[in-house]
Amino acid sequence: MDDLYREVIIEHYKNPDHRGHLDPYDISFEDENPLCGDHIRIDLRVNGEGLVTEAAFDGHGCAISQASADLLLDSIIGKPVEEIKKLTKNDVLELLGIELGPVRLKCALLSLKILKAGVYGLGEASDELVEGD
Amino acid sequence: MTIQMINQTTAWENIFRKDFPILDREVKPGIPLIYLDSAATSQKPAVVIDTMDRYYRLTNANIHRGVHTLAEEATAMYESSREKVAKFIHAPRTREVIFTRNTTESINLVAYTWGRKFLNAGDLVILTEMEHHSNLVPWQMLAAEKGIRLEFIRVDDQGELDQESYHRLLEQHPKLVSFTQVSNVLGTINPVKVMTDQAHEVGAVVLVDGAQSAPHMKVDMQDLGIDFFAFSAHKMLGPTAIGVLWGREDLLEAMPPFLGGGDMIKRVYLRSFSPNELPYKFEAGTSAIAEAAGFGAAIDYLNSVGMDTIAAHEHDLVAYAMEQLAMVRGLRILGPEADKRGGVTAFTLEGVHPHDVAQVLDADGIAVRAGHHCAMPLHDRYNLPATTRASYYLYNTRSEIDQMVVSLEKVNKLFN
Ligand SMILES: Cc1ncc(COP(=O)(O)O)c(C=O)c1O
Repeated sequence: MDDLYREVIIEHYKNPDHRGHLDPYDISFEDENPLCGDHIRIDLRVNGEGLVTEAAFDGHGCAISQASADLLLDSIIGKPVEEIKKLTKNDVLELLGIELGPVRLKCALLSLKILKAGVYGLGEASDELVEGD
Repeated sequence: MTIQMINQTTAWENIFRKDFPILDREVKPGIPLIYLDSAATSQKPAVVIDTMDRYYRLTNANIHRGVHTLAEEATAMYESSREKVAKFIHAPRTREVIFTRNTTESINLVAYTWGRKFLNAGDLVILTEMEHHSNLVPWQMLAAEKGIRLEFIRVDDQGELDQESYHRLLEQHPKLVSFTQVSNVLGTINPVKVMTDQAHEVGAVVLVDGAQSAPHMKVDMQDLGIDFFAFSAHKMLGPTAIGVLWGREDLLEAMPPFLGGGDMIKRVYLRSFSPNELPYKFEAGTSAIAEAAGFGAAIDYLNSVGMDTIAAHEHDLVAYAMEQLAMVRGLRILGPEADKRGGVTAFTLEGVHPHDVAQVLDADGIAVRAGHHCAMPLHDRYNLPATTRASYYLYNTRSEIDQMVVSLEKVNKLFN
């Protein structure tokens, strides 16, 4: 448990760097985890070269889901949108630095699912988006 | 065993625990299991496990067909479990007891057969804001199909059904009133008898969701006066995949069959069939036979302890839990005072998501449930995305509650 609630996770949960909305935004997508009702919305601004210039998230949920959203957005600012499409489960787990069982994995991956659905312009965020290593 | 003795033993020792093998296990090395999630599913006493094991080793056969010894024994066992259920809920007739998979299937059966046949566009069905999804979605599906109207008895801030809103709805002459006897989140024990009398006065049929009551208190069909009752074996020390729909004989007789296939027929022609008599009319295909054996053993066990004893023990635990939980900083319990509730305490802890609460408790071997507990509209009603729920059964003790409180203090230290 001490591993699960590493200081960085608690810190990003309590004091997120990227909480909020962007107005205007270029990409926005929101969804929830039906198992627990966790909800996340992600807004992005993308410049002419296809680089993410700004990112923000809002929503509610457990420390794992909210911290992973914050860490994830931290990691993509300045990156090309095309690179976001290649992100997988393992990238998020690396950011969090923890191992998770199947139930909590869904919490951790909610933000990536939403991010990728937004970037791909999909109507729906599906689990397939975050599979693979 | 008197109620007094139980209350005295709860603090340090509980004579039922030894009957439940799983309570001996450690969740992680050196960390024993503290199981506070019986509202989701109960643990099983050794007699239930052994009965099912013995059934497969010695008896296993299909029922209601075949005349060989095993088939005869299996059939007799299956039907004796039905009789045990009938006695347990004091049903007027054993043939009114239909085995289903669970509460959910029982309610769906009523919606699908009785509802489809007897409800028409514009007819009113009254539900409540505290229902489990299994007593909401089947009616929503029927509403989409047939244009019936759904209205909801409000839940007040204390977590009780707002009887005034019920009376106003009754004036609109509902065809059905369907509600839970005990809330799986608030713990509220609803006044079934009074509400049933009032529904009957305006000619409505009454369905009661007994998923959280049948395991924990005496339920008496003849005393309650209701028309349908649904519950699940797995929440009352029995196996998964078997549940019960009890219904008044005249209603069941008038209903069309549910699933079609073997066992539910009297005679089949190439283009038609005539349905079997009750209760087989509603039991298509091979039943959960081993599970019925286990269910019968669970009922025997519950009877040997006594439902009043169980109810008293849980009342002691829930009163104690509410007292102890109230001392945890930032903790708020949903629902009414202890005297008005079953063995359920759902709560929020300020600044901490229920998943995180449950995760920290798990590290101490404590199993609680976090989420919306299949009652999303109820959580919407309280403006909460989720809660943490600890629920209690005959094998729980006061000292387990003490340990939960210690663990909750840890959560506070970590997050607040
Ligand atoms: C009040 C209530 N109704 C219905 C159900 C559904 O029970 P089952 O999943 O066994 O069908 C539950 C169990 O979660 C419940 O607590």
